[in-house]
Amino acid sequence: MDYGKFMTIAISAIFINNFILTRFLGLCPFIGVSKQTKPALGMGAAVIFVMTLSGFITWIVYKYLLVPFGLEYLRTIAFILVIAVFVQAVEMAMAKLSPALYRAMGIYIPLITTNCAVLGVTVLNVNMFFKKDMSIGFSFIASLLQAFCAGIGFMLAMLLMSGIRERLDLTDVPQSLAGIPIAFIVASLMSMAFLGFSGFKF
Amino acid sequence: MKSLFAEFKKGIHIENPTFALLLGLCPTLAVSNNIRNGLGMGIAATFVLLGSNIIISSIRKLIPTKIRIPCYIVVIATFVTIVELLLKAYFPVLDRSLGIFVPLIVVNCIILGRAEAFASKNTVTYSALDALGMGIGFMLALLIISSIREFLGSGTLLGFQIIQGFQPAIIMVLAPGALMTLGLLIGFNNWLKRR
Repeated sequence: MDYGKFMTIAISAIFINNFILTRFLGLCPFIGVSKQTKPALGMGAAVIFVMTLSGFITWIVYKYLLVPFGLEYLRTIAFILVIAVFVQAVEMAMAKLSPALYRAMGIYIPLITTNCAVLGVTVLNVNMFFKKDMSIGFSFIASLLQAFCAGIGFMLAMLLMSGIRERLDLTDVPQSLAGIPIAFIVASLMSMAFLGFSGFKF
Repeated sequence: MKSLFAEFKKGIHIENPTFALLLGLCPTLAVSNNIRNGLGMGIAATFVLLGSNIIISSIRKLIPTKIRIPCYIVVIATFVTIVELLLKAYFPVLDRSLGIFVPLIVVNCIILGRAEAFASKNTVTYSALDALGMGIGFMLALLIISSIREFLGSGTLLGFQIIQGFQPAIIMVLAPGALMTLGLLIGFNNWLKRR
């Protein structure tokens, strides 16, 4: 196995192509749940969990269900259904097995179905890691790794943003820009900082 | 007649999905780096919105309340797949530049939001008009953002050079420019409302 390639995938998913700040995926929770650090952390953790397991399930569905029957064009329908069902199942299992965890993360779980970052990472996995010259093992590990690291990148951006917004509450912002508009402007500055990572060459 | 027109009109200004309701932001920012992409996404999303609103409003009495969201998602995903295949067949260049955001129309919150908030409670005619209004509002928002970004970022409009010797700022077609433009436009909309 080529460990260098995996390293590249990880760093690229976390920093260079950060899902929120460079690819514009998952902006709704990024703006909606980033007012305080604690919920931002909860949302980040929930997204990492759901993303990694959705990456796992959709890889299996695509490889062993859609490709053998020549149904690749159904991937959008298949993936969104798998994700929606999976998210619902996680919510129910969590409520039964760990009520404490459910109280902490429960309200974020349904929101994740319509989080475009989750569907985005599964579609990207299919686009990037289903080329002819790739072995099954590499494609599988690379897909899982990209899903997991995209989640980490999501949580990183959420955490940074919530830290800034907690301080932003105390500042004197022009009335028209208060709230969401200033959050976008802050996000723009953060994204400028993340552009610096695109200088990394491997 | 007046209320029919009102359903159509509200999506364009007062309940504009992008500037007032803040829905569907990811595609708005990601594909608005030039006018062609913005228009393409606007038309694709309007088509899906119209189709799903018509179907959902006509079968709204058959859908059990508990599993309505998965039902809506299947209807929406069907139309998105139609758009995906059409774009691949007839507009391959546009398809490549919109990339991953074509399948992601499924999770565009405008479409699911209108299905849940409007089409599930209203007749087919009203739902179709609502979809058209919202779709055009979304398209207009995309058009405004993408014109600003294309002009400042590449110095062109629809690919034509506008001012001789204008030095474009590349940052405007990259991610930071998109976030900045949207933030300032929402602020401007708030300022207009407060006056």
